[in-house]
Amino acid sequence: MTLRAENISLHLSGFDLLRNVSMQVEPGMVTAIVGPNGAGKSSLLRVLTGELAATKGDVTLNRHDLNHWPVEQKAQMLAVLPQHSLLNFPFTANEVVGLGRIPHQTGTLKDAEIVAQALTLVDAEYLQKRYYTQMSGGEKQRVQLARVLAQIWLPCETGDQFLVLDEPTAAFDLAHQQLTLDIVRQLAARGVGVVMVLHDLNLAARCADNLVVFDGGLVAAQGAPEQVLTEQLIDQVFGVKAMIARHPLTNKPLVIT
Amino acid sequence: MTVGTVSISIAEAFGAAVAAVLPGSEIAGQTQVILFDIRLPRILLAVLVGAVLASTGAVMQGLFRNPLADPSLIGVSGGASVGASLMIVLAGGAVESGMLMGLSLVAAGAFVGGFAATLLVYRLATSGIGTSVTTMLLAGIAIGALAGALNSLLSYFADNDMLRQISLWQMGNLSAASWAKVSIMGLVALILLVRFPRDSSALNALLLGESEARHLGIDVQRVKRRLIVLTALGVGVSVALAGMVGFVGLVIPHVVRLLIGPDHRWLVPCSALAGAILLVVADSLARVVVLPAELPTGILTALLGAPFFIALLLQQRREV
Repeated sequence: MTLRAENISLHLSGFDLLRNVSMQVEPGMVTAIVGPNGAGKSSLLRVLTGELAATKGDVTLNRHDLNHWPVEQKAQMLAVLPQHSLLNFPFTANEVVGLGRIPHQTGTLKDAEIVAQALTLVDAEYLQKRYYTQMSGGEKQRVQLARVLAQIWLPCETGDQFLVLDEPTAAFDLAHQQLTLDIVRQLAARGVGVVMVLHDLNLAARCADNLVVFDGGLVAAQGAPEQVLTEQLIDQVFGVKAMIARHPLTNKPLVIT
Repeated sequence: MTVGTVSISIAEAFGAAVAAVLPGSEIAGQTQVILFDIRLPRILLAVLVGAVLASTGAVMQGLFRNPLADPSLIGVSGGASVGASLMIVLAGGAVESGMLMGLSLVAAGAFVGGFAATLLVYRLATSGIGTSVTTMLLAGIAIGALAGALNSLLSYFADNDMLRQISLWQMGNLSAASWAKVSIMGLVALILLVRFPRDSSALNALLLGESEARHLGIDVQRVKRRLIVLTALGVGVSVALAGMVGFVGLVIPHVVRLLIGPDHRWLVPCSALAGAILLVVADSLARVVVLPAELPTGILTALLGAPFFIALLLQQRREV
């Protein structure tokens, strides 16, 4: 079962944001979406998560139309981490992560345990009692990451689970970028399908099983990073002359500009 | 009304806020029936109005993700005051006799005005894709300004007697309490305090943002509609029965949030309790400070609450 977008077109206030986009997120796989600014990456995520309705085409989650799932069941299978969060009330980190347990009825004790584990996983256990409003940008984003992790912490009986991340590493230092990608791989190993927008091609190449390159609302290329990332494509899509080398240890493509 | 009886009623007021009706009836046994028929309903009305205004304030602040939001922002208070002024001016002398009935004409006017204004604001802000909070705040402000202008217009055409009534009513006054009003208010408060806790998780999730709440499995549109209708009901009836008692809905939730945090599962009931206490204390003071006359309660709530709020802000600033 998959999270699948078929022939999606999105037309908003006179602009074609997406044109005939088809892609699918498989459980247990990591899909990375890359592309220049304004290429339609975030629009696609918003269509995939049901935030925007596509002008044409279908989005299906585990074989059913995304909008036919009852909201609570959908929330048990699909967790979304936005790029920015509006929260400006003084919740503690524990409370913010606890919000991720709203769609589940697992009881207060179990929830508290999951919240603590999720915060530890993202290296934020020291933030537990701190106020969200007083945290740094990176700390906030880690707490939000812990919140969506808590949302899909336990496998769901209804169907496969998916995690959607919009630039999860943007606010992070090197160590936490690394950590985020490790967490993403762990989730995939557990059978969760992950789809994320990334800007760093090298991070994407290292982490993703499937790379989707967007350009001007169209999919310019998709497939395994080794096949997709070519010097020609990077020149064509980003307008940047780059060299593709191989990482000495992982043998993954390495984009050198 | 001597100082002695008044001091009893302050004790009784605290008792009523904490332990409901029992202390009142004991005192009534000792003193005159007046206490039981005039003061007790008044205290209960203060408890109920305070609780409703403060809890709706807490809910609106959560819904608008703005700690400075207030039920008056969605146009209820403005609409209600126009409705009431209109009734005072149009009905003139009839209002006096109307006052004798439980739900007076003024109250009905305020309720209808409040509800209509809320509906208008809600319609303005709701489009095919949902209700925009920003548009709703702006529409609320616009309706508020319009209501202010209409009020001034009505005051301009009113004669001296009506003018005094309008301005007294706008200051908020609990002195016309009766058992009929208490039961109506009690019913509304009951509905609100039963329904609000069901949506407290949803309100917590809404603080993250609307799409985030949707991703957490919350039917945002339905929750919003329900809470807005409940708030219009609560504030409309409060304003209708007690006039414009300002400040409670704005500052009580804010103060409670500074003390116990923004979790709506606690914030809403604690705000209700604190609002009830503030209004009872304010109303009791309103009855004694200028003996033998009385002050409108709304003046006292602001006089009591504002310094407290400022003190809390100062303390907060020192801690950060």
